[in-house]
Formats: sequence, C-alpha cells, structure tokens
Amino acid sequence: MSNYAYLIALVPLLSFVMIVFFLRWKEKLAAGWSIASILASWTMSLIVLIETLGRHGEPLEYFFYLTTFKGINFEIGILIDGLTAVMLMVVTTVASCVHIYSLGYMKDDPRFSRFFSYLSLFCFSMLGLVLANNFFMIFIFWELVGLTSYLLIGFWFEKKSAADAGKKAFITTRIGDLGFIVGLMMVGAYAGTFNYGGVFEKVASGQIPTAVLTVMAAFIFCGAIGKSAQFPLHVWLPDAMEGPTPVSALIHAATMVAAGVYLVARSMNLYVGAPEAAMIVAVIGLVTSFIAASIGLVQNDIKRILAYSTVSQLGYMIMALGLYGYDVGMDPHAHSAGFYAGTFHLMTHAFFKGLLFLGAGSVIHAVHTNDIQDMGGLLGKMKITSVTFILASLSIAGIFPLAGFWSKDEIVAATHGHPIFNIFTLIIAFMTAFYMFRLCFLTFFGKPRDQHRYEHAHESPRSMSWPLAFLGFLAVSAGWVGIPTLHGFSSFVFFGEPYHTSFHWDVMIISTIVAVAGIVLAYLIYYKKSISADMLAEKFRPIHTFLYNKWYFDELYSFVIINPILALGRFLWTFDARIVDGLVNGAAWLTIVWADIKWWFDKWIVDGAVNGAGWIVSQGSGLLRLIQNGAVQFYALFVLGGLLVLIAFKYEDVYVSLEWPWLSAIIIVALGLLSLVAKRTASREAAAETETEK
Amino acid sequence: MDFQLPHVDFRVMAPELFLFAWALVVITFDLGTKRRSGSATGYVALLGLVITGVILSITPEGAGFGAMFYNDAGSLFFKVIFLGAAFMAIGSSFGIMERKIQHHRGEFLGLILLSTVGMMFLASSNELLSLYIGLELTTIPLFVCAAFFKDNRLSVEAGIKYLIVGAMSSALLLYGISFLYGLSGTTDLLQMRVNIATTHLTFREIGLLPMLSVVLLVAGLGFKLALPPFHQWAPDVYEGAPTPVAAFLSVGSKAAGLVAFAKIMINGLQVFYEDIMAPNDWGLLVGILAGAAMVWGNVAAVRQTNIKRMLAFSSIAQAGYIMIGMLALNDIGLSSVSFYMFTYLFANMGAFAIVAIFEDKTGSTQIKSYSGLARTSPFYAASMSVFMLSLAGIPPLAGFFAKYYVFAAAIKMAGSNEIHQWLYWLVGVGLITSVFALYYYANVIKTMYFTPDESPYKLPLSLPGSAVVLIGLVGVILFGLMPGPVMDFASAIPAAFGLIAP
Repeated sequence: MSNYAYLIALVPLLSFVMIVFFLRWKEKLAAGWSIASILASWTMSLIVLIETLGRHGEPLEYFFYLTTFKGINFEIGILIDGLTAVMLMVVTTVASCVHIYSLGYMKDDPRFSRFFSYLSLFCFSMLGLVLANNFFMIFIFWELVGLTSYLLIGFWFEKKSAADAGKKAFITTRIGDLGFIVGLMMVGAYAGTFNYGGVFEKVASGQIPTAVLTVMAAFIFCGAIGKSAQFPLHVWLPDAMEGPTPVSALIHAATMVAAGVYLVARSMNLYVGAPEAAMIVAVIGLVTSFIAASIGLVQNDIKRILAYSTVSQLGYMIMALGLYGYDVGMDPHAHSAGFYAGTFHLMTHAFFKGLLFLGAGSVIHAVHTNDIQDMGGLLGKMKITSVTFILASLSIAGIFPLAGFWSKDEIVAATHGHPIFNIFTLIIAFMTAFYMFRLCFLTFFGKPRDQHRYEHAHESPRSMSWPLAFLGFLAVSAGWVGIPTLHGFSSFVFFGEPYHTSFHWDVMIISTIVAVAGIVLAYLIYYKKSISADMLAEKFRPIHTFLYNKWYFDELYSFVIINPILALGRFLWTFDARIVDGLVNGAAWLTIVWADIKWWFDKWIVDGAVNGAGWIVSQGSGLLRLIQNGAVQFYALFVLGGLLVLIAFKYEDVYVSLEWPWLSAIIIVALGLLSLVAKRTASREAAAETETEK
Repeated sequence: MDFQLPHVDFRVMAPELFLFAWALVVITFDLGTKRRSGSATGYVALLGLVITGVILSITPEGAGFGAMFYNDAGSLFFKVIFLGAAFMAIGSSFGIMERKIQHHRGEFLGLILLSTVGMMFLASSNELLSLYIGLELTTIPLFVCAAFFKDNRLSVEAGIKYLIVGAMSSALLLYGISFLYGLSGTTDLLQMRVNIATTHLTFREIGLLPMLSVVLLVAGLGFKLALPPFHQWAPDVYEGAPTPVAAFLSVGSKAAGLVAFAKIMINGLQVFYEDIMAPNDWGLLVGILAGAAMVWGNVAAVRQTNIKRMLAFSSIAQAGYIMIGMLALNDIGLSSVSFYMFTYLFANMGAFAIVAIFEDKTGSTQIKSYSGLARTSPFYAASMSVFMLSLAGIPPLAGFFAKYYVFAAAIKMAGSNEIHQWLYWLVGVGLITSVFALYYYANVIKTMYFTPDESPYKLPLSLPGSAVVLIGLVGVILFGLMPGPVMDFASAIPAAFGLIAP
C-alpha cells in the first residue's frame, strides 16, 4: 500500500473535482462522495500506518523529477516514515469525524455541496503537505492549505466579520510565508536540493556554515509562526472562529495549525545544527503559550477560549521541539524528551481539541449563542456533548489516565534543565486547567442564566453526536500508546535515536497537583461561588482589562502597521488623482488610437488567420464528407484507387525516379478525379432514388 | 520422409473451445425456452464470458497443435480485451434485445460470442492459415450482426456494405498471403522470419512480387483497422449497425486487426520494416497510413452531427495513434499498443454504452439531442464526459497515459537510429491532430453541460447497462491513476513477439 500512498491525497482531490463539476446539484450525493473519499483515505492511512509499524518507522521514499532548474531538481514525491504515518492518521481521523459531523451541522446551508468540496480540497492539500518529500512540495501544499483555509473561514461570506476574518487569516499567514520563501530560497541556494534527505545530509556533513544555517532555520520557522499562529502572528486564529465550527475543529485545531509544528519536527536536523535558532523557536513557543493562556482566562466566547487554548497548546509543542533542538544541538548525547513530547502532544491534542471544537459546535447549535455567560446547566439537556466535552477538558488539563496527561507530562519533562521554562510550563498548565473548567462549569453546570435559550436546547442529531463519541474515545485512549516503559510511540516516531521513556514520578505528581489546583479554583469560583468572580475582576481591573483586550495586540498592529499603510495609501491616492491622472489621460488618448489600430489588425489579420484555419478544417471536413458519399461501389473504387496509389508510391521508390512534387500532384489529381466520380455516383443514386419513390 | 503428428494439447485451447460450446448453448437455450427467455439469455451469455475468463486465467502458457496455436503473454492480454469488449457489448445490448430483436436474442448473442471465439483463435495463431481462418470467423458473424435490424434500411445497408467491403479486403489479404507463401515456402510465421532473413537478398531480385505482397497485406489489414484509404466502410457501418455491434466492431474487431497486424508484419516480416529493404519495406508505408488516419479521422469528425458517426471517425483517428506505437519496434512499442487498446476498451465501450442507452430511450443518435443531459441524468453525463476526456487524452485519465506511452515508444525508436527519424514527424502529426480531437470531444461535453435548457429525457439507471458504464468509468479512472499493474502485464508482450530477448 505504501507505494500507492499518494492516493491518500488524490482521492479527496478527485472528490473535489467530482463535486465541483458533476455533483453540485446533488447535495446528498456530494456529501456522501466526500465522506466516502475521506473514509477511503482513512483506511489507506491505517494500512500505511500498519505497514510503517511493520518496518519500525524505516523511511520509505518515492519520487520523480519534475524539472531541473539551474541544477536544482524539483521533485514530486512522497516520504513515509513514522512521523508521516502518524500525521496521516491524525489528519484523516479528525477529518473523517468532521466530515460526518458537518452532515448535521451544515444541513440547511444553501451551499452545502460547496462546503464539502472545500473540505475535500482541504484534505487533499493537508495530506499532500504531510506526504511531501521535499521543501518545495511542502511549500506548494502549504500555500494550498492557506488558500482553502481562506475559503473555509470566509465560507459565510455574507457576514462581514467572516469575510474579514478570512482575509485576516490569509494575509497574516502570508507574512509568515514570506519568511518561509526566503528560507526556501536559502535552502535551494546553499544545499542545492530541496529533498529533505539531501538537505539534511548537507547539514550533517557541515557543508553549510552554522551562521547561514541559523538564519535559514529561523526563516523556515517563520512559516511555522504564521500557520501555527505563534507570537507575534497569533492574532488571526481567534478571528478565524467566524468560520463554520466543523472548519474550526478541522483546520484550526487538529490539522492546519499543526502543520507548523510538523514543519519544525520535519526539519529538526536544521535546528539541531543551529541551536541558536532552536532557542528562538523555544522562546517564541513559550511566550505564545503564556500570552494565549492568559488571554484565555477571561474570554467569554466559547470558540475563542478554545482558539486561545489551541494557540497556547501549539506553543507548548513548538517549545518542546525547540528545546530538543537546543539540547541536542549543544550536546549530541543529551537525553531530551522534546521531540517525542512535541510530536506526541501534537497527536493527542488533535483528538481532544477536535473534540472540544465539535462539542462547542454542538452547544452552539443547541443554544444559538457563543457567549458562555448565557449558557449554564446544559449537562442535563445534552448528555453526549457534555460528557465528551468534560472528558476532553480533563484530558487537556492533564488528568490521569487521559491522553493529555501522558503527553503533557512529557512536555514538562522536556523542560528539564531549563528552570524558567519549567516554571512557566507549570504556570501555563495551571491556567489551562483553570480556563477549561471555567468554561465547563459555566456551560454545563449551575443554573441556566438564559431560561429561553435553555428551554430550546436539545441534543444534536446522531451524525453530530457519534463523531463526538468516537473522538471522545480517542481523547481518553490515544495517550496510552505513549505510556512510559511500553516504548510504543517513542520507538516509532523519533529523531536520530529512539527516545527511551521512563516514568518521571516527580513530574507526574507535580503536574497533577497543578492541574487539580486549577480545576478546584475554577470549581470554587464558578460552581460553589465561594469566591466572587466579579469581585476578583474588580480587584484586578487593570490586568483583567488588559487580558480581556488580548494584550491590545490588534490595536497595536492597527496603530503601528495598518494605519500607516492606509495613510500612505490615501496619500498616494491624492497624488494619483492630481498629477498622475493628467498624465494618464494624455496617455489614454494615445492608447485609444493604438487600440483602434490593434483592433483593426486583430479583426482583419489575426481573426482572419484564426477563422481561416477554422474554415480550412471545416471545408476539409466538408470535402471528406463528399468522398464519404455512401455508395458502396464508390467505396470499392476508392479502395482500388488507394491501393494503386500505394503501389505507385512503392514502385516509384525504386523503379521510377519520380520526384515527390510529381507524385503528390498525381495523388491530388487522382483524388480529384475520384471525388468527381463520387459526386456523379451520388447524384445518380439520388436521381434513381427519387424515381423509385415516384 | 517420415510423417509425424503435431503435438496436440487441447488444454491450451480450453477457453476457446468452451466459449464455442457456450455460444451453441446460448442459441439452444433461447430456442429451448421457445424464445420466451426474456433477458435471461443475455445473462447466460455474460456468464459464459465470465467463465471463459476464469478458464483463461488458469490456462497454461505454451504451444499446441504444432505451431498453429500459441498461448503467450500477447495472446493472453488481447484475449482479455476481446472478452471485455464482448462483455460490455452484450451488457449494453439488453435494451435492443428487449424491444427490437426480442425474437432473435439467441442468434444475436451466439454470433457475438462466435465472433469473440474467432478473435481469440486469431490472437493465438502463429501461422497464416489459422490466422486467416480466425479473422474470417471474427468478421462473418459481424456481417450478420450489423444487419440485424431486418426491417431497418440503414442496418441492412450497413450489413451489405460491410459484407462487400469486408469480402474485398479478405480477398486482398488472401492474395497477399498467397504471394508470401510462394516466396517463403512456409505459412509458419516464425519459420517465415528465418526463411526471409536468409534469402532476403534474393527477394530483391524477384522484383515486384514481395512489394506487391506487402502492399496487399497492408491494405487487407488496413481494412480491419479502418486506416485511410480503406476506412470508408466504418462510418456507414457504425451508423447503421445496432449500437452495441458498432461498439464491438470499434473495439473487438479493431483489436483483432491489431493482433493480425502484429502477427504478420512484426512476427513474420520484421526484416522488411527498415527503409533499406525498399521497395519491400512497410514501416514508412504504414506510417503514412497512420498519419492519414489521424488527420482524416480527426478532421472529418469535426463536422459530424451524429454521435455514432463521430465516434466512427474518432475510432479511425485512434487507430492512427495506435499504429504509432505499433511502428516502434522496440521494447515498449507493442506494450504501449496493448495498453492503448486496453484503455480504449473502457473509454469507447463506455461511451457506446451510453449512446446505446440514450438511443433505447429516445431513438435519437444526434449529438444535439444530448443537450442539457447533465441536469436530468448527471451520472451518464458525467461518465460520458470522462470517456470523452479520456479519448481526447486528458490527464489523469487512462487515455492520457495510453497516448503518452505510444508517443514515448515512438520517440525512443526515432532517437535510436538516424533512419527512424520520420517517426518524429508522425508523433508531431499525432500531437497536432489531438488538438482537433479535443474540439469535437469537448463539443459533446459542452452540449450536455452548457446548454441552458433542461433535457426532456431522463435516462434510467438500469442493469446491466449502467453497470457497463460504471465498469468503463472505473477502468478509465483506475488505470489512469494506476497504469502500473497493466503496464507490467503488457511489458511481457514485446518479448513474446521477439522484439527483445525475453
């Protein structure tokens, strides 16, 4: 199967094409086809995973050269190793759940089949990104993913906020991609190849100076900053929540935002070769994680809380990977959990965060609001949603034995030897537990704060609740593949040497205490109400306002970047209107005259040639029709004529030295005679026919 | 001289013998149920083809009956194509069996099966006489099938035309064969190859005869392949004949012609390929016919208003493309031809199946009647579009890879030696004419999709017609995405024809 792994990506592409061209009017069929495609991809991914497990994560590469430009080969190919196999599984699993969930969620949308076609296109891009075997190809799919994300965020483009959010996401990530392009060009220039293996070989053999490598790695990380919504480009992700909730679950929780983490993990060789760059990665990860978690503490929009949580968790992963690069780069024999922790958390996070988003979607579907202050007491009304949502919250908080517990512990373990990182990681873990349970208590427990909404709440249809249950199962159990001393995940996805896992009792106990403390605090404030939330907000008013306004990032950007650009634009516009226009008007007159000349030329010369060619083909066709006159006697004659021409042609070859022009002339004359005969036969036939009819 | 009985081995002939017997069973079955068997007869015939396929898969490779019957990679591959063509042709003829020929189902199906038997014999023979007999067994039942609508003038006319022109082509072919036998003293093609190789210098002094023989053979085979100027029967016969028969003609009969061509010209007369053998060479001669086929077929198809005639001219053009691969006598030429034929099977049979279903429903074969079909029958419209795109050679459908392999084989051949450079020109003609082709193929899609009004017809999904369309669709897409397995299978064929050491 692994040889045909490219089909995993192509099947959704086919689905996109089919829906766009053939199934647009058949909504049910379009959705069914799309779901069948992603399930087929899921099945193939499973087989690939099993085969890769059988190979113990041994990389497998297939590619062919697309073209060579200035000595650099551009390849199209696939690379399958443990990381790819796991990513394929994660993407297709969450995507399958989201596809099925969307059946219910998007049921009454007028652009139902278009939504599924976009989903399919997104799956194609994301799977292509994961399968790629070189930097050039990953970049192409990277951009495709960005494009589809734009389409999906702005899916309800009638809503101005949705259209704006789509634009914001697209432009912000493009800023990161700009850095990525620079990194890409540096890769091409210094390594002479884009192939992962080729580049890493060059890095390992020290052919690229460390300074260059550091800059290169930092620029490539820019791509990850954009896509994974890291500081300072994290501002787009919360706004992207304007898109349909399934999209948020698929793109902004489990897959696309994980692409940045995947890129860092994939190019870990670069960071190991450039520890300084790795340190930048780690610091940015930590800063992002802290900022996002702190903002998440005070937000009221259920999806935005989850969005900030996602940013925070992605920062975790990035930080772990960066620390790994730094540790191993400094000391090749360092025993760092970072790579393992980052990739492992990537997997578990995809499942429980996908679940949280889908659950949030289910809640929104039921109460028609995003504001958690208007919810409450939904536990009794929506059993499956509440239970799975709380399970996922426990998982993300890191409670034993759920998935998040195992991966978060490894992240904490990865900060070993970096006290500042260690402390902040624990603080973030505390904040995570707190804001998740603030969300849970406000949404599912207590008294309903909006009686009207509460009465209309209901459990979502099965197509929505079943994916929740399935993801709930994964949110509980996905971490068990990484139970220390079992050497499951760690011996499969690794960098260099397989990481040797062991129980870190101290870490486990401390992080559990921290998580429980966060939950208890949330319980005291939002369930027991023994501490008044309003009182706290009042007491820490400046901090609360600061956090509530998201550290004023949007305002800062708009003040420092957007307003000056707009001002410049206005200035240029006035300049245009006054001076340039005068010139333009003069030029326009010339252009019109020139256009007239061109029009004349087009009409009489170019069109003449084109139409002439068409006319010749058409007339030729007509002439051929004349020969095809339907009289079988004539056919026989024609055959004999043809045979004679052939013989003449062969005979001439050796026995007579007729020149080609003569021979052609003979053939043309013969054909002309034949068509004359044909015409006569045809007219005689027609005459005879009319006679018989009489 | 001691006389020795040739080695007789019926096992290698098992699929042919079974299918022959089954054809009789089908006829008897229909008679036995007093012609009231309904569509059961059709299913019996389909079952026979499936069983034959199973038997084929377990038939050992090897020779039987002296040199008369070979079972090798090439014959096996083409037998699969023949069986597939017969299967899809019968599958799409349930409509006419229901309405038009309800009293002659047995004969109709029996004749198609017998024709398939002939093709299979042809693919296995390696000797001029058995080859000729196989060719006749292929063609004669089809004369009858073409004229099967007894009270339809067009159909009877098609049958008569096919009979007269076919008889004439057989005469030419037989004439050529007789010369060949006289010159080489054998009818065994492998022996002939040796004989000609040892005496080819003397051939030159014999004068006109070898040249005449080559031209007659090319003309005779050109008929079967519908290469200009021997193609004129094709559009008339396709138009008049029942649509499934036309489909069978365009795929099965064409594949049979290809096999016969490969057997005689490549197996027997390979040394005559080169220019230096002039005037006995056939390479350039066939090249000119192939070029003419591509130009003529594609240009004439542009103005057709009847979809069956359009497909007829398209099949003439496709024959031209196939012959490009046939002219590449290297390690990939014949395998590309086989692959082309294999993909052509799915695309063309699928397209004809839709034409048949449409004709059953509406009685029309005009292209303009298809307008707006996409709204009422999206499955058929989409399938038809896919078939058209595959025939036009648009990636990633199977037709693209077929064209690609054929061109690649020819370019490789042209690059191998100075004297084969004319193949570049042929490939050039192929590339240019495939642009014309896109025009008339896309025209069908345009008619179905981009006309504002909704079609008054709604084609029903029905077994087994829709299944045939689905088979075609799956084949066209699957072998476009994964040409590998079929190509692997086909890559053994050039070795079977002695083009490379196996």
